[in-house]
Amino acid sequence: MEKRVFFKGWWLPALLVAPQLLISFVFFFYPSGQAIWNSLFLPDPFGLKTEYVGLDNFRFLLSDPYYLASFKTTVIFSTAVSVSSMALGLYLAALADRLIKGAGVYQTLLIWPYAIAPAIAGVLWLFMFNGNIGLASYYLKALGYEWNHTLKGDQAMFLVILASSWGRISYNFLFFLAGLQAIPKSIIEAAAIDGASFWKRFGTIVIPLLSPITFFLLVVNIVYAFFDTFGVIHTITSGGPEQSTTILVYKVFSDGFVSQDLGSSAAQSVILLVLVGILTVIQFKYIERKVHY
Amino acid sequence: MKHLKAIIASIALFAMFAGTSLQAKVEIQWWHAFGGRLGELLDEQVNKFNASQNKYTVVHTRKGNYSETLNAGIAAFRAGQHPNILMVFEVGTASLMAAKGAYVPMYQLMKDAGQSFNPKGFVSAVSGYYTTTDGKMLSMPYNSSTPVLWVNKDLMKKAGLDPEMDLSTWKRVGNALDAAKAKGIDMPFCTCWHSWIHLENFSAYHNIPFATKANGFAGLDTELSFNSPVHIKHIQTLGKWAQEGKFKYMGRRNEAGKNFRAGECMLMTESSAGYAGIKKEAKFEFGIRHLPYYGGTEAPQNTIIGGSSLWALSGKSKEENKATAAFLAFLSKTDIQAKWHQDTGYLGVTTAAAKKTKSSGFYKANPGTDLAGIQMMRNKVTQNSKGLRLGSFDQIRGIIDEEMEGVYSGKKTAQVALDSAVRRGNVLLRRFERANK
Repeated sequence: MEKRVFFKGWWLPALLVAPQLLISFVFFFYPSGQAIWNSLFLPDPFGLKTEYVGLDNFRFLLSDPYYLASFKTTVIFSTAVSVSSMALGLYLAALADRLIKGAGVYQTLLIWPYAIAPAIAGVLWLFMFNGNIGLASYYLKALGYEWNHTLKGDQAMFLVILASSWGRISYNFLFFLAGLQAIPKSIIEAAAIDGASFWKRFGTIVIPLLSPITFFLLVVNIVYAFFDTFGVIHTITSGGPEQSTTILVYKVFSDGFVSQDLGSSAAQSVILLVLVGILTVIQFKYIERKVHY
Repeated sequence: MKHLKAIIASIALFAMFAGTSLQAKVEIQWWHAFGGRLGELLDEQVNKFNASQNKYTVVHTRKGNYSETLNAGIAAFRAGQHPNILMVFEVGTASLMAAKGAYVPMYQLMKDAGQSFNPKGFVSAVSGYYTTTDGKMLSMPYNSSTPVLWVNKDLMKKAGLDPEMDLSTWKRVGNALDAAKAKGIDMPFCTCWHSWIHLENFSAYHNIPFATKANGFAGLDTELSFNSPVHIKHIQTLGKWAQEGKFKYMGRRNEAGKNFRAGECMLMTESSAGYAGIKKEAKFEFGIRHLPYYGGTEAPQNTIIGGSSLWALSGKSKEENKATAAFLAFLSKTDIQAKWHQDTGYLGVTTAAAKKTKSSGFYKANPGTDLAGIQMMRNKVTQNSKGLRLGSFDQIRGIIDEEMEGVYSGKKTAQVALDSAVRRGNVLLRRFERANK
């Protein structure tokens, strides 16, 4: 039977949830409401006059092939960032978990990149791949490979994925390592005695037992790839070349704050809001069912 | 603890002094986009003004690059926290002009403050950019430059070319690039500011419209027209050079300048204001030439400017506006302008400053520094060469840049790219027209 705790009266529960409600209102409902409201208007940049345009901002957006292309870009980018950083994080965690000597040192070093802000990480990678002074581009050139991410879309995409995943590997590593250490050694040993190979044990015991953490990381990483990679993209490519690295949230920024088209920018935020809502529902309704707690 | 006390004490002291000086003087704010050497020179101008009189104090703040400064100004205006003077690059001019009520027009500001101010003293190719069709000057030209061709003479020699050879047409430039490539020069040609140099200035220089309605000067219902055969021919040529490895694309802004200053690039098209950096860093002999043109077209008309002007934002007290007027009048003084011109490679925006520089023998001592001025004023300005006045132009430039990237990477032909840029740009122009009806 489930345990339930009841409060007598209403003011104590109300008081206890009030801070959360207040935060949700200030940081979510109010700005979202503003975005929805603004998406129906076409203001001039200085806020001197504004015109009600109904759904014209949405029509304008959805008839722009580059906007539609940025959906695809976003999917490629966030999938690549989530999958690569989670896979590498898991790989490194599995290795670090088996260490006997010097585990602390390895773990600390592997966590370090997470401490670096996305914009700084972007600048670091940009330096390495800079066409003028970059070491990486210099050696690539020596190997006969022409590196110019300012002109080649696939190279630019590769670079922003690399820079965005890098710090994220540490984050995923940390969680996977904690997850691995929480798996009782006795189960693994029992399986080993029964003759299961390392990969068999990994596939049938470790992965299922890690699934709550994997699910959590999947959600967090996709949110990260959608929203927090802004700094990396801004510093490395500014969305170029030919908008090949313009993900949805970057376009919200560039149309709103670079181009001063606040109507279009607000409409994009609304679309993004709906999209993330749908994504969250899918994740919790369909993927979470496969998770064993 | 000791440090903390010292800090508090110094803050208190500072506040006291700041307080007393505030009471006595009118303080005005200037937001600008200059760092590095240009920032130092700007600071020098402000200090000179502050020392020259005791009624006003100008405080200047750097707000990032041109776009960031404009955006900071606009955001601050919405919040009512805007500065007295805002530096706006030429691309943002139409946006400011359309925002009637956001600024005090320059002629009005000067009249109200009783400052003697002669708009005729400015070079017309510069002031025309910031003047309404009925002749009213709205903002004060600050820094203006125009694109020229920079030559690395050492690399020319290495390529077996005469460093003084005729490079006046794109055909001759093409021949030089062929020779350089054949001799194994890695970067024969590079360029900065693609749209500004190879479409906007290109149009003015060949006296063809960049946009209808006199490039937007005659109305908001303007449409882009930079997909004419001459434009296409030029962009296709650049695309071909890129494919053949004679032209290396380094980025949308002035990234290629680094390669030129490092001695890697043989010929570069860049603003005349590249002078300060090139002079400081180049360890090779360099030369300045006029921007090349296509023979067989109308002989070169004139190039147009890039750079910024200073806008007096509205909603300030009469006293502060007086201070703004005094400062802007100070900036347009001949010796200030002449020094700025000689230090930076920006144009002397008043005719008196250009004359003074000439008589001082500066052009003789620094050959090529007068070319930009000559190039801008060589002919009577036509409606194709007066400048551009297009809304959302920062965004349109972004569109042009990305379409041109498609040409350089060989994904698109010039025809397809320019048609697409025109179509997409026109959508934004209509949107701007609607928002600013």
